[in-house]
Amino acid sequence: MTDIVTAVVWLAGSGFALLAAVGVLRMPDVFTRMQASTKASTLGLACLLIGTAIQLGDFAACIRAASIGAFVLLTTPVSGLVIARASYFAGVPLWKGTVLDERRAPAPAVSPRPSA
Amino acid sequence: MLPIVSQVTLATLGLALLIVMVRLIKGPTLPDRIVAMDLLGMLVVGLIVVLAGWSGVRATLDAAIVIALVGFLGTVAYATYVERGDTR
Repeated sequence: MTDIVTAVVWLAGSGFALLAAVGVLRMPDVFTRMQASTKASTLGLACLLIGTAIQLGDFAACIRAASIGAFVLLTTPVSGLVIARASYFAGVPLWKGTVLDERRAPAPAVSPRPSA
Repeated sequence: MLPIVSQVTLATLGLALLIVMVRLIKGPTLPDRIVAMDLLGMLVVGLIVVLAGWSGVRATLDAAIVIALVGFLGTVAYATYVERGDTR
């Protein structure tokens, strides 16, 4: 039983990791690549950790797997945010199909708000 | 059944590593390479975790913890380097 659950979870995790890699290869932009890599790789690694914890079945192994999972869940959004921020302010060009860039300097308002 | 499944899982992770290596070599700007390096560290952590589950060696999970920590620190260091410099 544990072998079947481990097999299913491991195959799902490696599939998500492969999806992350394909997304990093095929996405057109730094920001979209980072989007694909962080989310899919976090899900894939969480699946692999669950499979290993089930397979080992030990208290120490489960604690170690849970600590790796918690650490990855905490650090992956931070690293993605830091990369995106640095590459935006360093002037990496956006994809030509980008529809919204909220960090750009805003256009002057049509009707300025009356000063109270 | 489990040896075959773990070999298939390890082969899939190796294929993902190769695909990320293509982006790491091709990547037009430096942030592309940083994203690829980050994902590479993540995939290596997953590979070590699967190896630990397959072989039953508990001490291998400590190596996975260390690699995850060092990968995060390296990514943050590269990002601060990019934020002040050029992006070739």
